[in-house]
Amino acid sequence: MEGEVVLLDFWPSMFGMRTRIALAEKQIKYEYREEDLRNKSALLLQMNPVHKKIPVLIHNGKPICESLIQVQYIDEVWNDRAPLLPPNPYQRATARFWADFVDKKIYDLGGKLWRTKGEEQEAAKKELIECLKLLEGQLGDNPYFGGKDFGFLDVALVPFYCWFYTYEKFGRFSIEAECPKLIAWAKRCMQKESVAKSLADQEKIYDFVLHLKKALGIE
Amino acid sequence: MAEAEAESVVKLLGAWLSPYCYRVIWALKLKAIPYEYIEEDLSAKSPLLLQSNPVHKKVPVLIHDGKPISESTVILRYIEEIWPQNPLLPTDPYEKAVALFWIKFADDKSPSISKLYRSDGEEQQQAAKECWEMLEAMEEEGLMEGKKFFGGDEINMVDIAFCSVAHWLGVIQDFAGLKILEPHRFPKLSSWILNFKSVPMIKENLPDTDKMIALLKRRREMLLAAKSN
Repeated sequence: MEGEVVLLDFWPSMFGMRTRIALAEKQIKYEYREEDLRNKSALLLQMNPVHKKIPVLIHNGKPICESLIQVQYIDEVWNDRAPLLPPNPYQRATARFWADFVDKKIYDLGGKLWRTKGEEQEAAKKELIECLKLLEGQLGDNPYFGGKDFGFLDVALVPFYCWFYTYEKFGRFSIEAECPKLIAWAKRCMQKESVAKSLADQEKIYDFVLHLKKALGIE
Repeated sequence: MAEAEAESVVKLLGAWLSPYCYRVIWALKLKAIPYEYIEEDLSAKSPLLLQSNPVHKKVPVLIHDGKPISESTVILRYIEEIWPQNPLLPTDPYEKAVALFWIKFADDKSPSISKLYRSDGEEQQQAAKECWEMLEAMEEEGLMEGKKFFGGDEINMVDIAFCSVAHWLGVIQDFAGLKILEPHRFPKLSSWILNFKSVPMIKENLPDTDKMIALLKRRREMLLAAKSN
């Protein structure tokens, strides 16, 4: 069942982190390969010819692209341990809806916080806080988005936690002040080994973004 | 004798022009699931819609036993799980992952099609470029030689997800006077479109082209006027 598992990834990618967490939750042994996105490997271009993006999960030589699809694939193939998707169809639909919401909103809005200034940045900050509050509302009194147990939506969102520091520094605000329950949830997730070892260090992310801004010529 | 009105178990809130709504209609019909269709006026959204999809306030919304599900792809996955007859996704996990990849691709790229009528000048050129790239990827990587549909011999969720390419793109590009979907450049795709629109369930459930053009024309005029103000 295990076969050969390879992950083509890039250390600061929140999307790659989702797949790392899923693999760790299921205790799957795999080969991690760091890609240089300015000089993409022949393997990456061959395995993801449509988008040429990471992460790419390669299982027994066959590629699976898109992080949430990888997480669902991992959950389905290694279905004998640590289930990630909830047991009933309506709960699964809810988890997928909110994971889609994270994809549609958090990445772009967060990106605007460090890529833009002035009014555009302020508007992005305001909208990001609204989106995080909406997500926080979904937690209710549960320890995780999956309810009692860590699940699909937790995996989808928690990688952004290591980027919050960067968003906060550029946006000059505190996410904890705005969404205390969300930060409590994130810290609870970080207690899990699968999450702690998959997320990047938040200060390294900040340094990476500073370098990236210089390289892109963004003030 | 007064009869209590039977509460429909499955309701679909939709808008006749929306390709995303047709995805759901086709899935429901292919699986022979009875449902009540409620047409929404998107310029005056109903309390039911706003209450059922407070996050995005968009159609389609499926309401099953009173519980709302939003986002067409999420709805399709839900329908597939609740009503497994006439399956629309492969059961093999790898094949399913490939299908889901193309469904996501359709989701991510389809908005460029409506941008064709919502914009002009450089913005429209950019949208045309994006559409071209989407078609190229489908032709070169998505469609296998000798396969009638993305689903093989029968249509599946991937074919359904590419509804905008199958019907809306042709109508919109003609209306906008653009030539993007050229048969000689996209032979496999053009075949696929003909095959897809020949499937009786699809053929009988497509929005009327003339009505589409009339509405697109009105929308385009309004959008461009709003931009120049």
